[in-house]
Amino acid sequence: MASAGTFPTAPGKRMTTGEGGTAVALGLLALLSIIIASGAHTAAYAFHAYLFAAASVAGVFAVINRYYERPAELPPQEIAGKPNYNFGPVKFAVTASMLWGIAGFLIGCIIAFQLAYPVVNLDIAQIAFGRLRPLHTSAVIFAFGGNVLIASSFYVVQRTCRARLAGDVAPWFVVLGYNFFIVVAGTGYLLGITQGKEYAEPEWYADLFLTVVWVAYLLVFLGTIWKRKEPHIFVANWFYLAFIVTIAMLHIVNNAAIPVSIFSPKSYIVWAGVQDAMVQWWYGHNAVGFFLTAGFLAIMYYFIPKRAERPVYSYRLSIIHFWALIFLYIWAGPHHLHYTALPDWAQTLGMVFSIMLWMPSWGGMINGLLTLQGAWDKLRTDPVLRLMVVSLAFYGMSTFEGPMMSIKAVNGLSHYTDWTIGHVHSGALGWVAYVSFGAIYCLVPWLWNRERLYSLRLVSWHFWVSTLGIVLYISAMWVAGIMQGLMWRAYNALGFLEYSFIESIDATHPLYVIRALGGVLFLLGSLIMAFNLYMTVRSPSTAAEPRAAGALVPAE
Amino acid sequence: MSVWNKHAIFEKNSIILIAGILVVVAIGGLVEIAPLFYLKNTIETVEGMRPYTPLELAGRNIYVREGCYNCHSQMIRPMRDEVERYGHYSLAAESMYDKPFQWGSKRIGPDLARVGSKYSDDWHVEHLKDPRAVVPTSIMPAYAFLFATPLDYRHIESDMKVQSVSGVPYTPEMIAHAKADVQIQAAADDPDAPKLQARYPKAVARNYTGNRTGEVSEGDALVAYLQMLGTLVDFKKYDGKANVR
Amino acid sequence: MAHPNANPVDAATGVPTTAHEWDGIRELNNPLPRWWLNVFYVTIVWALLYAIAYPAIPLIHSATGGLFGWNTRSAVERDLAALSQQRGARLDVLKSASLEEIAGNPTMLTFARAAGKAAFADNCAACHGVGAGGAKGYPNLNDDDWLWGGTLAEVQQTIQYGIRSGHDQARAGAMPAFVRDGILKRDEAVVLADYVRSIAGLPVEPKADLKRGETLFAANCAACHGDKGAGNKEMGAPNLTDGIWLYGSEKAAVVETLTNGRGGVMPAWTGRLDEATIKALTVYVHTLGGGTK
Repeated sequence: MASAGTFPTAPGKRMTTGEGGTAVALGLLALLSIIIASGAHTAAYAFHAYLFAAASVAGVFAVINRYYERPAELPPQEIAGKPNYNFGPVKFAVTASMLWGIAGFLIGCIIAFQLAYPVVNLDIAQIAFGRLRPLHTSAVIFAFGGNVLIASSFYVVQRTCRARLAGDVAPWFVVLGYNFFIVVAGTGYLLGITQGKEYAEPEWYADLFLTVVWVAYLLVFLGTIWKRKEPHIFVANWFYLAFIVTIAMLHIVNNAAIPVSIFSPKSYIVWAGVQDAMVQWWYGHNAVGFFLTAGFLAIMYYFIPKRAERPVYSYRLSIIHFWALIFLYIWAGPHHLHYTALPDWAQTLGMVFSIMLWMPSWGGMINGLLTLQGAWDKLRTDPVLRLMVVSLAFYGMSTFEGPMMSIKAVNGLSHYTDWTIGHVHSGALGWVAYVSFGAIYCLVPWLWNRERLYSLRLVSWHFWVSTLGIVLYISAMWVAGIMQGLMWRAYNALGFLEYSFIESIDATHPLYVIRALGGVLFLLGSLIMAFNLYMTVRSPSTAAEPRAAGALVPAE
Repeated sequence: MSVWNKHAIFEKNSIILIAGILVVVAIGGLVEIAPLFYLKNTIETVEGMRPYTPLELAGRNIYVREGCYNCHSQMIRPMRDEVERYGHYSLAAESMYDKPFQWGSKRIGPDLARVGSKYSDDWHVEHLKDPRAVVPTSIMPAYAFLFATPLDYRHIESDMKVQSVSGVPYTPEMIAHAKADVQIQAAADDPDAPKLQARYPKAVARNYTGNRTGEVSEGDALVAYLQMLGTLVDFKKYDGKANVR
Repeated sequence: MAHPNANPVDAATGVPTTAHEWDGIRELNNPLPRWWLNVFYVTIVWALLYAIAYPAIPLIHSATGGLFGWNTRSAVERDLAALSQQRGARLDVLKSASLEEIAGNPTMLTFARAAGKAAFADNCAACHGVGAGGAKGYPNLNDDDWLWGGTLAEVQQTIQYGIRSGHDQARAGAMPAFVRDGILKRDEAVVLADYVRSIAGLPVEPKADLKRGETLFAANCAACHGDKGAGNKEMGAPNLTDGIWLYGSEKAAVVETLTNGRGGVMPAWTGRLDEATIKALTVYVHTLGGGTK
């Protein structure tokens, strides 16, 4: 191992095990990638292998270069008794999340227009709907959402533990590795590399790489918690931990696949048929439950109290709804498989647990909303807080709609229709994206040491434009979905099917157009946001500590 | 307050917190997934199911690659309108060799579970090349390039080997004949067609796309797959009442 | 942990906190909202009752079936039975009556057409079009031009067994690939195309050798299409004089037909559709406009 003492440049300067180990591991990965590239079965896979090789070599270079540039001593844990926070990786992930978000919303708009006007597929294999749709879902969930989660968790865990992020190279490996995984996954879809499992499309080698990154993520997060100054772990960190640990479990089980060869991008999942379906939706539903809910509730638990400068409403409620939420969520998967060939007993379990999930979900909403007790007036003056509060309203709405749609009688109508798409987007746009926007609007001035955002008026504009977009989107999809469901099951007076399938597609066209326009408004809102953030970062830095950092804010 | 104080053990010790989380999130999955492997009635007793032929498997991989599952389900639900529109409701047995399953979650297009032999090969070719040529208001993308792309089946026996490791009953004989079987099934009047059918009952060998180059295209494989969907199980011999669960 | 009474109180609400603080964030020690807890209990009780009533608990050899004895697969059988109950007697009549009887009886005809329309929409429209107007390669069913005959019995046979479908009783016979198989030379096909277009009343180029075309037609085509090109429904050979072209009337299309042949496939519907539905479809198609006696 080329670890300690290999490149001494100054007296006492030594390469850490982390630096040396990472460099060696990446060097080996580069070598392996080149071997794979030389024998790859397909050109697309060879491209990915070279991508891995290039990224690994760049990684080795970056580690060594950083070693030469840095002083002999690693950054101290504390400076003058105050924690020396490590915000570099957080800044990177915040920036990445904004860029990926815009990309993901844009692709969403493109595929929305493809459904309204199929000519938009342009007869190009790589950008046909079937390949772009996974790119959209992965870009918004894993690229945008994932980066928001990593950024916010690395920020919140440092702040609430009053400790510098654990590890030196590791946090960078997590953010860069995760974003590299996104690049591999996304280019793979366009090139036709997919497992064909929804929200788990990346193939075996990308999955393996993500597993390594994820373990590093858990260790950095845990390592920081271990250094905490406050004896109790803050509630947001419970949710982050549940998110990280459970996603690891889901990812490994749902992606248990055997590659055809190390030289082939193709693998076959070890599960089959009905068991694969159950595993997939156990995964798929809990990607919603733990990635898009638990993780973002963690964000809520830090950023709303912080922004409102009010205490969390109820400690006891947070305990009960935390454990109830994570226990019950895991069971809800089979409601995606109502009336399928999954045995009835499993469908019933999926349904009743979804119903029981209603109140635990609302526990988070209540705890967030009532945190504003004594500070409701701030909603009038602070559009960032308004974004986050509205996100809770959307959260409450979709976590009521979800259990309702899990009832078999309702699901029989809604399943396979655009109602599901509307439901998902009321949660994704209204809840996940809005609470993320709120967090990012908070984070950027804090991280870049700016007094305030460039413009609160632009935040208001962002809020109203995108809210109009969401309303258009979800109402169009509700109408479309219920109409499709009713048309498919319509019988005429003589007892025969009233409509053919294609008639339901024809009838949906105007609603697809409205939906696409709603999407465009949402995208427009995010561009306003990006401009606002860019101008914020360009504005002069405040010499003093940023507003929300440092000193503990007393309650009013 | 005393009960609430007990929670401090989780708040003060991250390892206990993680252990608690793991226990709590493991239960639901175990109860819902494990029985699907040991309860015998999970997969119905049927006649006719067999693994995909090499050509059908290659076609299925193209179906997966192009993301057809994003718009088409392969799961006819037990509801009267679906049974009347698409045919007998789908059985778990019918996807027992599907890796991955392709039941889908959205019908932007119709269900395909029993599309096999419903339309002619010509129709599928034309429809894949230009959907709006046959269905004027279709919103499906065109897949003309499939018919100009030669099928890559150099490693098809490795695919079958890997599947056999995880439960698909491909025999060594099937694996040994894999490449030849691709050509036999994609050609009209191949003298070895009966041998293919002995290995894979009900397999249909014909020139699916009317191609005259003699080279098997991705289109051939995809149409062969589409034309066998839902055709294997013999529903005359299927006892619906015995397979209620 | 400190005694609760000792914990600081939040001034704005008068609620005690938990005495912890993270980056300035504190927690109030509010109790669980009562209504929240009650609704949670109600959902749990409801879930338990539902799980007792319906199939829910996996055991060692099977899962519980539920007190109501309900399951999705029996339910759909009941729904389908109710549906045939609703269609009831009329469907039975459809099964037993002859096609002529159905077509001749206004009540039965209305019923059969409704059944046929529904079946057509989800099975036939993909090729023949929603309005049965056909498309290139897929005959228009509204006109009175029939490749294989337009009587009720002939239409029924076509639907049942299909055309070149692989079924034993399918209608067979196809346009040969004259040029590809070396029966005709390419220039002969061009001459023939001119001739075929001329007997359909289409304009042909002045230099077209119609005399030679006629000879070639007699030698190669007349056996199926008849001396005058009027077609033969026994073999599915289309009438070439009626101006209806399945694959297009342009010269290039006709040459292509002569070069590589034609042989569109219609699947056999017996087995996929039940007998009554096929009868209903037959009557429906027959009454679209072109049915013959």
